[in-house]
Amino acid sequence: MVLAGGLSLLGWRALLATLRPPYEVRSWLVEAEQIGVRSLGVAGITTVFTGMVLALQTAYSLPAIGVKYYIGTVVSKSLTRELGPVLIALIVGGRIGSGMTAELGTMKVTEQIDALRSMAADPVKKLVVPKLVATLVMLPALTILGDLLGILGGLLVAIVQLSLTPGLFINDVLSALTLSDIFSGVGKSFFFAFFITVIGCYNGLHARGGADGVGRATTNTVVQAAILVLVSDFFLTKLFYTVF
Amino acid sequence: MAAPAVGEPIFRVDGLRKSYGPKVVLGGIDLTVERGESLVVLGRSGSGKSVLLRQLNGLEKPDAGRVVFDGIDLTLLDERELYPVRRRVAMLFQGGALFDSMTVFDNVAFPLREHSDIDEEAVAESVRRKLDLVGLAGTEEKMPADLSGGMKKRVALARSLALDPEVVLFDEPTTGLDPMTSASIAALIRSSQKNLGATAVIVTHDLALARHAGDRVAFLHDGRFRFLGTWEEADGTADEYFAAFLAGREEEAVVA
Repeated sequence: MVLAGGLSLLGWRALLATLRPPYEVRSWLVEAEQIGVRSLGVAGITTVFTGMVLALQTAYSLPAIGVKYYIGTVVSKSLTRELGPVLIALIVGGRIGSGMTAELGTMKVTEQIDALRSMAADPVKKLVVPKLVATLVMLPALTILGDLLGILGGLLVAIVQLSLTPGLFINDVLSALTLSDIFSGVGKSFFFAFFITVIGCYNGLHARGGADGVGRATTNTVVQAAILVLVSDFFLTKLFYTVF
Repeated sequence: MAAPAVGEPIFRVDGLRKSYGPKVVLGGIDLTVERGESLVVLGRSGSGKSVLLRQLNGLEKPDAGRVVFDGIDLTLLDERELYPVRRRVAMLFQGGALFDSMTVFDNVAFPLREHSDIDEEAVAESVRRKLDLVGLAGTEEKMPADLSGGMKKRVALARSLALDPEVVLFDEPTTGLDPMTSASIAALIRSSQKNLGATAVIVTHDLALARHAGDRVAFLHDGRFRFLGTWEEADGTADEYFAAFLAGREEEAVVA
């Protein structure tokens, strides 16, 4: 309960501080590079292989004649609506969330957070806001990119393993995929980005007890972020099916 | 810097209490700090010295009591309302607390960029002067990780002096340094405090620093001041426990 209250409060303060000028764009970009660009590899590998596995599983588990012509549908729908945003949030989120906790936690236990406060600077504005802005932009961007790479992975398997023609697969994807699939997936990743940042920063700002405490806080972030992503995914799925 | 009005205390602390769970750290502290003086707060490790210091710029709030800085009751202010006070009351942290993602230059420039409208050229000039003051000219582009403990403290001192504060709070400024470095830090604290006409509150258990840099000395024990006075009075103290502390005699300290 204390955690839920603390997270909500920090989330609210971070949103307010984001809207309040001055906008420190330079530190936003630094964070965007750290959070987004450096997560490209892990995001790509995750989704490419997921797309490939989806294609294989569909072909093997539904061997009826004709099903393989719908592999494009299965791969693209499940990736954009569900697996893309969730897997990216779990894996990239684990990476960036734990990084935030480790960074802010180290600053907390070495009194750098107190030093900021003692110099009349707001740690939320200075440290949390750049991470929040960067994650809110980069996680959905990575999700879109990941969806694309995952579908390409599926295409690869469809051609090499299942001897479909690229045209068949791509036509299938294009006719099956709707804007609402993409919007609901990307929409989810916005919420996930917010949750991951708030959890990562909260645990960092409340770390105590030296290196040991920072380590524990980092572990907590990974676990809490994963659980919140998975649980909120259920409710977001319901929400987006009613909206779109 | 506001013109110092002689005789009027810059800090007035009344009945300050602070507990963490069942542990009473400050059990009703009364204290006045005069403008321009240097007050040393002595005490054993864990006696609550740092907790007291963190009340003086509102980093922590007391359970009861008042901390009045220049007529402003800090205990009534929220975080944002404390900002103007913190521009006038700087703090030097135990480990230096330099931002380790920034160069020495950016660290010292931080308060200037944050709180003054001067252009980058003037910032650079001001940073150079402050680094010169602490004897570290030419280290601008170094990262904190590349500095020794003593150099970190010097940079941190330069940073805390960046806005020409009226008060500087020192939290264990010599802890973890060798005796020679400690002596040079102590001399630096004394000279910069005198030159800038700032008020200093120094929390330490380093007696050499305390004697060198303190006009008055307070001894914090069990959440209360067991002694508060000049060094002359301290050397003639009738309090055996405090005398034992000053002499570094453990047995008597344990008995008391």
